[in-house]
Amino acid sequence: MSDAVPPILEVRGLQKSFGGLRAVDDVTLAVPGGSLTALIGPNGAGKTTLFALVSGFITPDAGTVAFAGRQIAGLPAHLVCRAGMTRTFQIVQPFAGQTVLENIAVGAHLHRVRQADAQAHARAVAARVGLADQLDKRADSLPIAGRKRLELARALATDPRLLLLDEVMAGLNPSEIAEIIPIIRSIRDGGVTILLIEHVMQAVVNLAEHVWVLSYGRLIAEGSPAAITTDAQVIEAYLGHGAAARMQAMQVAQ
Amino acid sequence: MTPSAVRSLLFIVAFLAAMALLPAFIRSEFWLTFLILALYTASLGQAWNVLGGFGGQYSFGHAMFFGVGAYAAAVLQVRFGINPWVTLGAAFVLGGATGAMVGALTFRYGLKGSYFALVTLAFAEVFRVLANTFEFTGAGVGMMIKLAPGAANFQFVAKTGFYFTILSIVAAGLMVAWWLKHSRFGAWLTAVRENEDAARALGVDVFRVKLGAITLSGAMMATGGVFYVQMFQYIDPPLAFGAGISVEALLVAIVGGMGSIFGPLIGAFTLALVNHTTTELIGRAPALSMALYGLLLIVMVTFLPNGLIGGLASLARRLGLRQRSGGDE
Amino acid sequence: MLEPQILWPALLNGLTMGAIYALIALGLTLVYGVLHIINFAHGSLLMLGLYAVFFLFKFWKVDPYVALLALVPGMFALGYALQRLVIGRGSHGKDENILLVTLGLSIIIENLALHFFGSETRQIETAYSSAMVNIAGASLTVPRVAASAGALTCCAILWLIMARTDLGRAIRAIAKERQGARLVGIDVEHIFAMSFGIGLACLGAAACFLLPAFYVSPQVGHTFVLVAFTVVVLGGMGSFVGSLVGGFAVGVVESFGGLMLGESLGQIGVFVIFIAVLLFRPSGLFGHKV
Repeated sequence: MSDAVPPILEVRGLQKSFGGLRAVDDVTLAVPGGSLTALIGPNGAGKTTLFALVSGFITPDAGTVAFAGRQIAGLPAHLVCRAGMTRTFQIVQPFAGQTVLENIAVGAHLHRVRQADAQAHARAVAARVGLADQLDKRADSLPIAGRKRLELARALATDPRLLLLDEVMAGLNPSEIAEIIPIIRSIRDGGVTILLIEHVMQAVVNLAEHVWVLSYGRLIAEGSPAAITTDAQVIEAYLGHGAAARMQAMQVAQ
Repeated sequence: MTPSAVRSLLFIVAFLAAMALLPAFIRSEFWLTFLILALYTASLGQAWNVLGGFGGQYSFGHAMFFGVGAYAAAVLQVRFGINPWVTLGAAFVLGGATGAMVGALTFRYGLKGSYFALVTLAFAEVFRVLANTFEFTGAGVGMMIKLAPGAANFQFVAKTGFYFTILSIVAAGLMVAWWLKHSRFGAWLTAVRENEDAARALGVDVFRVKLGAITLSGAMMATGGVFYVQMFQYIDPPLAFGAGISVEALLVAIVGGMGSIFGPLIGAFTLALVNHTTTELIGRAPALSMALYGLLLIVMVTFLPNGLIGGLASLARRLGLRQRSGGDE
Repeated sequence: MLEPQILWPALLNGLTMGAIYALIALGLTLVYGVLHIINFAHGSLLMLGLYAVFFLFKFWKVDPYVALLALVPGMFALGYALQRLVIGRGSHGKDENILLVTLGLSIIIENLALHFFGSETRQIETAYSSAMVNIAGASLTVPRVAASAGALTCCAILWLIMARTDLGRAIRAIAKERQGARLVGIDVEHIFAMSFGIGLACLGAAACFLLPAFYVSPQVGHTFVLVAFTVVVLGGMGSFVGSLVGGFAVGVVESFGGLMLGESLGQIGVFVIFIAVLLFRPSGLFGHKV
């Protein structure tokens, strides 16, 4: 990528094994400040583990993570969040018994002591993600699309500089995806750097500026979405060994 | 303050004002004692509620804090001749310190759910064994405090003195619960109860929040222990650290409604009435009342997990919904 | 001060009591291993069994060891019914709720016993109650030796049931993989209740072996519940071998604790083990992480 913008997140040689399995294997990447980028890969490629490593939920075996120039590998999750990096969860984790407003206010409280201030900020954030008319509903009464937005809103309410979004579009139907894409764009336009994880390649193609592809814990490709979708290694990772050759053969035959 | 915080504060003040006027209308010693004991139980329930209701950490051994408070009061008076009002402050601090110690150990090592409950029970048993062993705490005989009637000695001649003291303790408990409902610490504590990982991702220091809750809860519980000693002038290891007090504290909070401001009060008065009614019907049979409490616990957990307050709220919602939909039609 | 002639009997005392603890804990660990619930009423249910043995002896002169024939199936049926009708319904998907329900159950049982049987401690007097045997210089009562032998026999029978029968296989399948067991057509609710029933059947047997060497009072369940939990967590939740080793270990610690620290302070050993194991080695000696 261009070196003009200094990276807000710089991961070097990150490594994590569970038992004998290398879930994340020597991953190095740099996310430019203000960008909207994505990390893709087949199921079980280690994407969520990478997020958990970067955001302090698990400690890496080796490697460094620098956030805004500061080393944060090994820092506990709540301090990573305080430093300005907030993650969401692939399997949404609402505070089930509480209202939408209360849920978002938890995030807003990070930098606001008074309840009135936190709630005011929570209302503003809810409006940005389209939850303004759901504020008094219990979180567990929301449909899946609503819960995904709540997950996003809560994280956004912590005033992050970098948002790590773990499959915010998974489980949504095409029209719901079409609704959430402009929301994500507008968040980025508001000055928040965004790194997405997506399993479905299609979802990120017209959203991300730059894409990394993870397979069996290793980065196998990176580049613009257009370049990635024609990369032989990526096709093999998704469709199986030999798939790229078969596709090429088909194209040649045509 | 948000409008809802103001509303609920006004409601608490109105309730306390009404309770403060009550003795003027009650001539019977019996009913005054009834109110004192119900309020005392409510104060224990409120202490449990801070950790168990708001924080979702169910303790089965809250008697340890109660006992620390009770023994602090008894030992400081009997062995050192310290004024009981001063021991109230000391008990508050010691109860909090005990809470902090137990919390630091258990939460540091990530104990949750049933394991946390069982470990707190084991801690209470350790305290019971210690109090039962050493002469300093009167060993198995227990401790009696000297009769010295007078408000200056926290030994009121008139029952109303005890009434206003326990009402003040309950008032303080209500204010704590109100604060938890309308503060950042409360929001974080509830978030931890609902989902620790999500809370952590939003910048909540889960360990410190839990530690704060158990410290506060322990301090509140210890004041209940002091009140007990002053009211009955006697304490022994099974009374102070036995399962009875732990069960009472969690029961009133669960019956009334965990994580609500008035839940412990409603639970305490409900149980007091249940106890009174069974006594009227079949004579004094404390064991049968306790058995009934056990039944109530099962029924509540199975059918009304949000307690009487939650049950009333959902009933109101259902009625309200019917009215609204009726209006729409 | 610690001469062999004091230590050896204390060790034997601890081991014989430990065998009983192991049998009681086996019921608890089976229920935990399969249902992943912690049955707080375990001690109170043991107390109920002890009263049943006591009254069978008092009114009909049924020898406690003969009472096995009634207690084991009786407690099994009670367990089956309790799981199906009460405990299974209150969970709402949270372990803590089951703990509260079984706490409620123990409060009910304890206080009904207190109300109907009174708070006094009761013992039975049989022909063999005070007979003694000498084991390498240490005297032990016959009921005590019989109790540990009986407890170990029950452990062996339970192990055979788990290892060799279809029921045992179904139970193990569910303990490992609940959803999968459901998919291959195992009636999970039924097996849950069977497991709970077997857990209580262990208690029924323990009660028969225990009473001639021990006593019963409404509070006796309380004495046993934390001991049983200690055995279970020490051995590792859900581990059979762990329960046996844990039972012996706790019995011996208790015996030596009383010897060295005195009767009152000696009780502290068990609780300290319990706290320490849960804090520092929650997987126990033989189990998986809790």
